[in-house]
Amino acid sequence: MPKMSFENHIMTQFDEELEEIRTQLMEMGGKVEQQLKNAIQAVIKADSRLAEEVIKEERLVDEMEVDIDEACILIIARRQPAASDLRFVMMVTKAINDLERIGDEARKIANHAVILSEQDGLSQGYKEVRHLGDSVSGMLANALDAFARFDVEAAMRTLEEDAQVDLDYKSALRELVTYMMEDPRSISRAINILWVVRSLERIGDHAKNLCEQIVYVVKGKDIRHQ
Amino acid sequence: MKQAKAAAKSATDTKSNPKQNLEVDTTQATVGNRFCENPKMSMRDVNVFYGDKQAIYDVSVDIAKNEVIAMIGPSGCGKSTFLRSLNRMNDTVDGCKVEGEVLLDGHNIYQQNLDVVELRARVGMVFQKPNPFPKSIFENIAYGPKIHGLADSRVDLDEIVEGSLKKAGLWEEVKERLHQPGTGLSGGQQQRLCIARAIAVSPEVILMDEPCSALDPIATARIEELIEELSQNFTIAIVTHSMQQAARVSHRTAYFHLGKLIEVNPTEQVFTMPEHQLTEAYITGRFG
Repeated sequence: MPKMSFENHIMTQFDEELEEIRTQLMEMGGKVEQQLKNAIQAVIKADSRLAEEVIKEERLVDEMEVDIDEACILIIARRQPAASDLRFVMMVTKAINDLERIGDEARKIANHAVILSEQDGLSQGYKEVRHLGDSVSGMLANALDAFARFDVEAAMRTLEEDAQVDLDYKSALRELVTYMMEDPRSISRAINILWVVRSLERIGDHAKNLCEQIVYVVKGKDIRHQ
Repeated sequence: MKQAKAAAKSATDTKSNPKQNLEVDTTQATVGNRFCENPKMSMRDVNVFYGDKQAIYDVSVDIAKNEVIAMIGPSGCGKSTFLRSLNRMNDTVDGCKVEGEVLLDGHNIYQQNLDVVELRARVGMVFQKPNPFPKSIFENIAYGPKIHGLADSRVDLDEIVEGSLKKAGLWEEVKERLHQPGTGLSGGQQQRLCIARAIAVSPEVILMDEPCSALDPIATARIEELIEELSQNFTIAIVTHSMQQAARVSHRTAYFHLGKLIEVNPTEQVFTMPEHQLTEAYITGRFG
């Protein structure tokens, strides 16, 4: 199994270009991870200022996506990458799409955080947000970590966590429905929370995609839809 | 001799780079899918020597009927030497010795009483530089069929010439000037003329030794399209320095390194997920 490395191209500039998109992807991942954490905090702490910040910063994530995408297209046009280089560049173009979508979901969560902070009510539902938020943030962190080290085993472990996230999501939905039935005045709040957990579940799916892409880039094996 | 020297040089070059560990384990067998059922050509334990220098080591591989197989590898890896051993072109090189079996439809082409001229009609060759005869376009094509007695009449010959030029995608461009010199054509047209000349004698296999390296991108694209069409009727082995060309035209790709056949696999696999580290290093531009 050939090892993943960006080094030793005869054109050393090519090494640098690959390393550059890897660095940019890691930066984008770090930014998205922070956005997600802040969005979850904004919901739990009813912190509308933090939520506004997440909403504002989403633009940066979008810009990063465009920049990295452009860099990938240039590499394909100029270098005609093959084998592991090709898999890596293709993986990056897909990964930034998933990261951008995670950024979108984080913004949606922040939007709901703003609405929730203006609504009166109990803190019911926050437990579910915190629990699911922790799992999903953990998945994303692990996926990015696995990517940084091209660690297939870590990626496989992380993508398996998505099944638990899906179960937790369903149980969170049931909890929220119970609150709504118990106290119809909570419906409006509960629906906002419901959107938040829905976003978290989606983020779990995107983190899973990232892990599948890591497996593809290292092993050349497409494990999607299995 | 030159090739063997180049191979030896490339070995030291590779070793002198401490970052890479790309020495070839000569005991290691070729990885990938070397063999097929009902091969058009079968090579078994082929060793080629230039004097006492060995240029090819124990190459065993099949070429399927109507397959396009590309041979790639760094300079001096032996790919051209190997290609030339498939129609005994190496016979013309002093001190060149070929061991092992090269079977065409199951018959060894190195057996003693074999008619080499007939062999080269069955296994034709197109070279790097277009080399039309200093004759008319018509005569360039007609020469082979005439000496091989393939045409009984002038009408037959006309048909062969027209058919060959059509198959080579050149007919429309030259039909009005068949009796002008072949050397007056452009480089790309000359190369297609050479391909037409090769196919005029109805070969079964066409060997191409870097057929596009002297051509511009448009002429190259024409030849590549032609290769695709020709593969419906012929079996084609092509040596190329352009990895993208191998990726575009071939069904299987064979990677040579220092005289060893390192890997043979379907082209789509070689360029996305090569099996051998050396193949990976070469096609990603890490040495060569």
